[in-house]
Amino acid sequence: MGLPVVTDAEPPGEDLEAVEIELLIEGVFRHYGYDFRGYARASLRRRLLAIMRNEGLKTFSALQDRVLHDRSAWDRCLQGISVNVSAMFRDPQFFLAFRRHAIPLLRTYPFIRIWQAGSSLGEEAYSLAILLHEEGLYERSLIYSTDINEAALRQARDGIYPADLMQRYTQNYIQAGGTRSFSEYYTARYELAIIRPALRDNIVFSQHNLVSDGPFNEFNVVLCRNVMIYFTKPLQDKALALLHASLSNFGLLGVGAGESLRLTRLDKLYEPLVDGQRLYKRLG
Amino acid sequence: MTPELIVIGTSLGGLNALTVLLDRLPSTLSVPVVVVQHRGIGMNGRLVTLLAQRSKLRVVDAEDKMPLEARHVYLAPADYHVLIESKGTLALSTDPPVRSARPSIDVLFESAAVVYGANLVGVVMTGASADGADGLRCVKDRGGMAIVEDPATAECSTMPSAALAATPVAAVLPLRRIADYLVALADGATA
Repeated sequence: MGLPVVTDAEPPGEDLEAVEIELLIEGVFRHYGYDFRGYARASLRRRLLAIMRNEGLKTFSALQDRVLHDRSAWDRCLQGISVNVSAMFRDPQFFLAFRRHAIPLLRTYPFIRIWQAGSSLGEEAYSLAILLHEEGLYERSLIYSTDINEAALRQARDGIYPADLMQRYTQNYIQAGGTRSFSEYYTARYELAIIRPALRDNIVFSQHNLVSDGPFNEFNVVLCRNVMIYFTKPLQDKALALLHASLSNFGLLGVGAGESLRLTRLDKLYEPLVDGQRLYKRLG
Repeated sequence: MTPELIVIGTSLGGLNALTVLLDRLPSTLSVPVVVVQHRGIGMNGRLVTLLAQRSKLRVVDAEDKMPLEARHVYLAPADYHVLIESKGTLALSTDPPVRSARPSIDVLFESAAVVYGANLVGVVMTGASADGADGLRCVKDRGGMAIVEDPATAECSTMPSAALAATPVAAVLPLRRIADYLVALADGATA
């Protein structure tokens, strides 16, 4: 095999593109106050690359120039950076474990407070509402669903999804141990599926930034699934400390299937509620 | 080149191909391996078990921010993209599928190329889509080593053919020779 061909003189220092990304997020922080400095770079780069191409630009420096001088360009950029998409009953095994092992504990509480951090478009909050409703606990539950992204929160409140997703969500619902017909929970209208408004009664969608905001209540359950994967390790530690501080003694903490409390500072403070699922119980 | 990471992508026919490949990699392999095998969401866990039986390396499902270690094979978990965050560290994302795939080979390869540049080896094997073609070109563009399973002997030639069309200078090897080639690269015998 041949040696890699060096076509042009590389700068001696850090990769130029990496430098441009650092300057962009530093500029955005200092000018607009949005702090993406603790975001994991690999995913952030992919998202910025898509935004850059959408804007018809060729470099991150050009993108920096545009977002710093044009507020509407920054708003578009913020959408692109901070929107997460989920699915109803994403990772059905998690919801099945929640139904079997968390619900019996929650049944013993007179009132159930849940913080679901990372609303996306409301998929997870509505999934929880359905599950609690079927277990007869929704009436005495309150779900705080928070997100950094105000536009996503508006969509979450609307609870309107493309109808063609319902087939997959129905599959997820069944695998998650759903006891009824999933179609009871939405109204199909043309290409849209509208979530039954009653499911929204005990959900509060509100803005909260895991990076910069503090605890705002004490909860029996905190779910933060597939949000911290977008953070660097130091920011993950900070966010985990915030989740921990928001959880009552013996409260439940759920994270995504690809995440784990192993190798984190919380490892010793929690025990798995169910083997093989990322659902943990706080020890005292 | 001095390889510091090997990334492998495959879909249809990949289970057999990975079994053959991993069977031939020695327990002393000094370079970590990250694999994207397209798979159904229900297959979590089973793939690890199947491949671990045939490998002398430690086969694990990738977890977010997991450190990359020698003598380990990291599998992209179902329904996540796996990326290289920095040298020696994995990351996951739930961003939308790319070319209908999550995990996406392109996403892994591109992120690995950004971090490892000329110290990366990318391998595209049997599969029924064009995933991996853009990623392998990124590997090559950043000075890494591109390897494609010979489409003539691949169980499904679509993916290797697409990768070759995008990166014609890639080394073309029959499945049974890929492992030896990787070992030689890792040992510095093929400079």
